[in-house]
Amino acid sequence: MNVEGILAQLGALVAALVLAPLLAGWVNMWRAWLQNRTAPPLTQPFRALHKLFWKESVMAHSASPLYRAAPYAVFSCMLLACMIVPTISTNLPLAPAADAIALVGLFALARLFMSLAAMDVGTAFGTLGARREMLVGFLAEPAFLMVVFTASLISSSTSLATIVGSLAHREPTILPSLAFAGVAFTMVSLAENARVPVDNPATHLELTMIHEAMLLEYSGRHLALMEWAAALKLFAYSCAGLALFFPWGIAEANDRVALALALPMLVAKLAAGGVLLAVIETVLAKMRIFRVPEFLATAFLLGVLALLVRILLGA
Amino acid sequence: MNPLSTQVVNLFAAALLLIAFAMLSQRRIVTLINLFALQGLSLVGSTATVAWATGQHHLYYSAGITLALKVLLLPWILHRLIRRLNVKWDVETLINIPTMMIVGIVLVIFAFNLALPISEFSRSVARGTLGIALACVLMSFLMMITRSKAVPQVIGFLSMENGLFFAATSATYGMPMVVELGIALDVLVGMVILGVFLFQIREQFDSLDIHHLEKLRDD
Repeated sequence: MNVEGILAQLGALVAALVLAPLLAGWVNMWRAWLQNRTAPPLTQPFRALHKLFWKESVMAHSASPLYRAAPYAVFSCMLLACMIVPTISTNLPLAPAADAIALVGLFALARLFMSLAAMDVGTAFGTLGARREMLVGFLAEPAFLMVVFTASLISSSTSLATIVGSLAHREPTILPSLAFAGVAFTMVSLAENARVPVDNPATHLELTMIHEAMLLEYSGRHLALMEWAAALKLFAYSCAGLALFFPWGIAEANDRVALALALPMLVAKLAAGGVLLAVIETVLAKMRIFRVPEFLATAFLLGVLALLVRILLGA
Repeated sequence: MNPLSTQVVNLFAAALLLIAFAMLSQRRIVTLINLFALQGLSLVGSTATVAWATGQHHLYYSAGITLALKVLLLPWILHRLIRRLNVKWDVETLINIPTMMIVGIVLVIFAFNLALPISEFSRSVARGTLGIALACVLMSFLMMITRSKAVPQVIGFLSMENGLFFAATSATYGMPMVVELGIALDVLVGMVILGVFLFQIREQFDSLDIHHLEKLRDD
């Protein structure tokens, strides 16, 4: 551990906290533009967070301490995930502590807390949302793991920093396995981040909602933490995708020039990814909840195909 | 043999496999036909790449035949057919997609293992893709077995031919021109006959569900 490492880690932390709501705002802006609406300003998520942090937090009488603790647990899980994923540098002191499989575990832990808290108060909506979240989660997780394994096979390591390093420096070859894994990853991250074909992040009024149904009872600073955690999750997933499939521009160990260049590079890549996400959300319609297993089975299939193509074709 | 062309052929092979899975799990007939056209297009790409990499000129002709026949003519005939049969927006309801996908993955593993010793004899650019070609053939078989409507079965038959063609190109740089022309003509004639056949089936049973054909009738 050295000064550069700590600096890079702190930089990644600040970048995650600031860029995550901005990314959410950016996606919302593009969604509005693509749907011919007047877009909210880019800083709208920050305004919403600011408003919520100054509001009183109202609790149900039947709420247990778990309900109170869940927002903090979820938020810290997501923050930790953002610090493990190489965003601007691979020289992260925290990175050796957890590899890609542990990252999947962190997301699972956050999901567990969220679902328990949603069921805690005992409203119908919360339970419904929690069950659906678990359905989506248990199908999305193996697909995500297959994607991770494909990248690990190519770079023969499960550590995200090593994967980024070896993928960024490999010879320019066309790898169909990575293309399959990329599509599978996109599908998984759409499902995990409650995006359109699986869930609609823009509505509170539908019987089909998943993520919002779990947050229905939260208010004030707890809701703010949950919203921020959701933005961080989107950020972590986007950065994991960028790290696996577009690893160029992430700084290597002790390279200050690259570190300075890495942030604009990251912002540019995230901006492009956000536009792509908004386009996907605009052209696709939300599917029935019973179609979601098929959607995620397809993602799993693509992950397995990526793995098979890598093992058997060496490509 | 430059490595780039091998990679490009591998890429097209992977696309072919992906499209085979997409066809296996597609319920709508219109999308099925479009996927079939797309499969033909990736076949054209891979054949042209092999032709360019090895300097085998006759492969250019076979790529041209594939383009004309499987990307343009056959999808056009199929589109016309389903419009006239009025089954354009038909949806097949009886297939269980996750199960089909798992069976498909098993088939892919089987085909890869089967093709491994064969492809070691081959010295072609794209010998690794023989397994994928075999997997495409097997998955088209699976599609023909599991579908109950007649039009998806026809498409399964045509896509099986795609897989065979790909196997021939990747393992041995294609069949002789006469054989290829013969097969192309066969497929075309088969398509025309099947088209007539479909109208007859519908005339007899008021439906394209081929399960009606399994019952014996006296009249």
